[in-house]
Amino acid sequence: MAMTMTGEVQLPASREVVFAKLNDPEVLKACIPGCETLVMSSPTEFQAVAVTKIGPVKARFKGNVHLTDLDPPNGYKISGEGDGGVAGFAKGGASVTLTEKDGGTLLTYNVEAQIGGKLAQLGQRLVNGAAKKTADDFFKNFAAAMNPPA
Amino acid sequence: MSATGIGASVRRKEDFRFITGQGQYTDDVTRPGETRAVFVRSPHAHAKIRSIDVSAAKKMPGVIDVLTGAQLATDKIGNLICGWMIHSKDGSPMKMAAHPALASGKVNCVGDAVAVVIAETIAQGKDAAEKVKVDYEVLPAVVDPAKAQAKGAPQIHPDIVNNTIYQWHLGEKKDVDAAFAAAKHVTRLDIVNNRLVPNAMEPRAALADYDAGTDNLTLWNTSQNPHVARLVISAFIGMAPEHKLRVIAPDVGGGFGSKIFIYPEEVVCLWASRKVKRPVKWTSDRSEAFLTDAHGRDHVTHAEMALDANGKILALRAKTIANLGAYMSTFSSSVPTYLYATLLSGQYNIPSIYCEVDAVYTNTAPVDAYRGAGRPEATFVVERLVEVAARQMGIDPADLRRRNFITAFPHQTPVIMAYDAGDYNASLKKALEIADVKGFAKRKREAARHGKLRGLGYSTYIEACGIAPSQAVGSLGAGVGLWESAEVRVNPTGSVEVLTGSHAHGQGHETTFAQLVSERLGIPFENVSIVHGDTDKVQFGMGTYGSRSGAVGMSAIVKALDKIEIKAKKVAAFMLEAAEGDIEFKDGKFTVAGTDKSAAFGDVALNAYIAHKFTGAELEPGLKETSFYDPTNFTFPAGCHICELDVDIETGKVDIVNWTAVDDFGTIINPMIVEGQVHGGIAQGVGQALMEGAVYDKNGQLVTGSMMDYTMPRAHDLPSFHVGLTETKAPSNPLGMKGCGEAGAIASPAAVINAITDAIGTENIAMPATASAVWTALQKSQAPKAA
Repeated sequence: MAMTMTGEVQLPASREVVFAKLNDPEVLKACIPGCETLVMSSPTEFQAVAVTKIGPVKARFKGNVHLTDLDPPNGYKISGEGDGGVAGFAKGGASVTLTEKDGGTLLTYNVEAQIGGKLAQLGQRLVNGAAKKTADDFFKNFAAAMNPPA
Repeated sequence: MSATGIGASVRRKEDFRFITGQGQYTDDVTRPGETRAVFVRSPHAHAKIRSIDVSAAKKMPGVIDVLTGAQLATDKIGNLICGWMIHSKDGSPMKMAAHPALASGKVNCVGDAVAVVIAETIAQGKDAAEKVKVDYEVLPAVVDPAKAQAKGAPQIHPDIVNNTIYQWHLGEKKDVDAAFAAAKHVTRLDIVNNRLVPNAMEPRAALADYDAGTDNLTLWNTSQNPHVARLVISAFIGMAPEHKLRVIAPDVGGGFGSKIFIYPEEVVCLWASRKVKRPVKWTSDRSEAFLTDAHGRDHVTHAEMALDANGKILALRAKTIANLGAYMSTFSSSVPTYLYATLLSGQYNIPSIYCEVDAVYTNTAPVDAYRGAGRPEATFVVERLVEVAARQMGIDPADLRRRNFITAFPHQTPVIMAYDAGDYNASLKKALEIADVKGFAKRKREAARHGKLRGLGYSTYIEACGIAPSQAVGSLGAGVGLWESAEVRVNPTGSVEVLTGSHAHGQGHETTFAQLVSERLGIPFENVSIVHGDTDKVQFGMGTYGSRSGAVGMSAIVKALDKIEIKAKKVAAFMLEAAEGDIEFKDGKFTVAGTDKSAAFGDVALNAYIAHKFTGAELEPGLKETSFYDPTNFTFPAGCHICELDVDIETGKVDIVNWTAVDDFGTIINPMIVEGQVHGGIAQGVGQALMEGAVYDKNGQLVTGSMMDYTMPRAHDLPSFHVGLTETKAPSNPLGMKGCGEAGAIASPAAVINAITDAIGTENIAMPATASAVWTALQKSQAPKAA
């Protein structure tokens, strides 16, 4: 099942800071909802395990993620595939663009993903809703990470 | 007519236990030491299996074993088969790919089972299934039947070129082409018959129990035909010799065809039970049902009708691509061929018909018979063509039908079928009256004042039921005979058990079959019980599908009852000290002709068993008779459905405001049950026309995989139906019955679409005609007349 999602979020930091944090495994791990581990195997590749719950399906996704089209501080493309075992799989990517705005940074993302197996069977409405919520949670966490508590 | 005999609307005996939750379905049966099977299914539509690692799963708590396709092959468990041979135009046999019960080396659709966990509980089984590691190499998939044969399309099975199972045809192409060349008018349509998910209320289930002491295997499963399941599982899959395998189909909650077939899960449960030496149960959840029950329909057709200047049909030709899914299900080959093209004559006298059918593999769930099976597809083609031709030629659609009706019987069509009885004018006439078609124009104007486009659509359908005689279907490729058996056991106290090879899964056989016996033997309805669905009790039977239980199953009972009467008369003759030829039987009483000497049925039964009035040399004791009945022809139920509906101009939403169904089912045993069958059939057909559609995305993911995305009709989507009957007796069976189970689903989709297209003024609409689809079609068509 194909899924697309776009959105933008205003962040209180410069593009350079935002870009650095987008490449920081510790920040990503803290921000990805349900992320249990995230290990960089190279500056542009990491392995992640995250638990996702959509409706009745709860799955632990193990995935390889790689970063391409790195264009600091303008953005990058993050893509990967995750295997959720009997729950199914997800693969796809998001292009992330950073632009200066109001003294901070406007982050724009454009997600295209394919999901399969039990997750796909859950239906577009449930999956899209859950995906949107995951993205919202991620960027809420990510925005908070711009101003780490002293 | 007695209060419980033939023709009486007797309340259904079985409903008390069903509606009070006392039915015994497969999942209700439990065996000591029972384990649960949980299947690991492919999330990919098409992939090579590089490896399967079950080691972690085997260590999980409660796990007894984890089995894979490799072990299935080692144990020499045979593949699932399709039991109806179709030959291509060039004479070559259909190409049936291997269908192992657990995929081996490759998966071909989402939901393909690759391993099974046998565990103490379902929860433990599911947890362990998560630990089975399958390494897939994902391959491109093809899901659209129209694209399956294209150059460069993914090849699903080795050695099956262009995914083509067969290229079959029926009829004389030369004659048809000549008729088209000479025709004054030609109507052409491109038709998609949408793919449907059966959704029986009770999902499929299987419980297998291996008895190591006797080496016997017992299978409880949700089958419409337990004897056929036993035969196939024994003779083709090689699970156990037939006499060492007992199949019991207890209460079954709906089938609609989807429970005819032999599925991987019951095969795996039987195999696993023998391996782990404990009972193994599997019950499908609704998600699994969506993925793995055989789907229905899924045809892509180009159809043409040639007519002369007076609207007389000269010829019909059709080219259909039928999607059979990833594997050939048990009877899948017959549905788009002998159950489809043979009905393309409809109720009409069409001199020439030619139909080509290509059946293809795709990376989707298998497709097989679903309520109507081929006949709804044929009816949709014929009835859409007739309606559109009438509109194009400016002839009233009812009148164009009338001009072409077959009126003399028997009638040999150019596509095998020999219609033996019917009166199509009678059902049309009655339907026109009930539907008040004369008042339609006024109602249309009235609807327009409320922003609605009102439309009226006809469907004068015909179907072929009974699917017999065996010799004929054998010559067309059927792997089995299609007769039915019955055994009538009269007990010493005069009560009766009827053992039938038919199987009830909602049809009410316990009631209707008892009505027949009550009427025939003159005994109280309550004194009759119907036994079915157990291969240890019933000797053999072909089960229930194709609306055959009345015409074939009950006819077998009639034949057995005839023998009971003959034997009982002999007993009565000894009791009444009269000649056998002088004994008359009427209203449950044996009388010596011309005297007042008589014996009640119960007394005769008792005497048959105590055997005090005759010696063994004169007569065998007991009163039990068997019959195997093979009809002389198919039966041909037919009728006229008229759908009247409103289309909301602003939203495209369709509201059916009036539905008229006039059907000729021949003899009717229980009008209430028949009406219920008609209602249910129409609801399913309306579901197909307006709501239901199984959709796979281009990668082969089923995106309508739950009730959230696959819409089923509900009561509020339907009006109160106006149901009428006409009657011509079927000459091919002793009761004159034709069958009523599928008619509604066969007739209704065409009536709905004919009504919608009448309302919106464009023929360009596909099923399901959702509000969105109708609104879009409306925008593309000319300005609505009512606006």
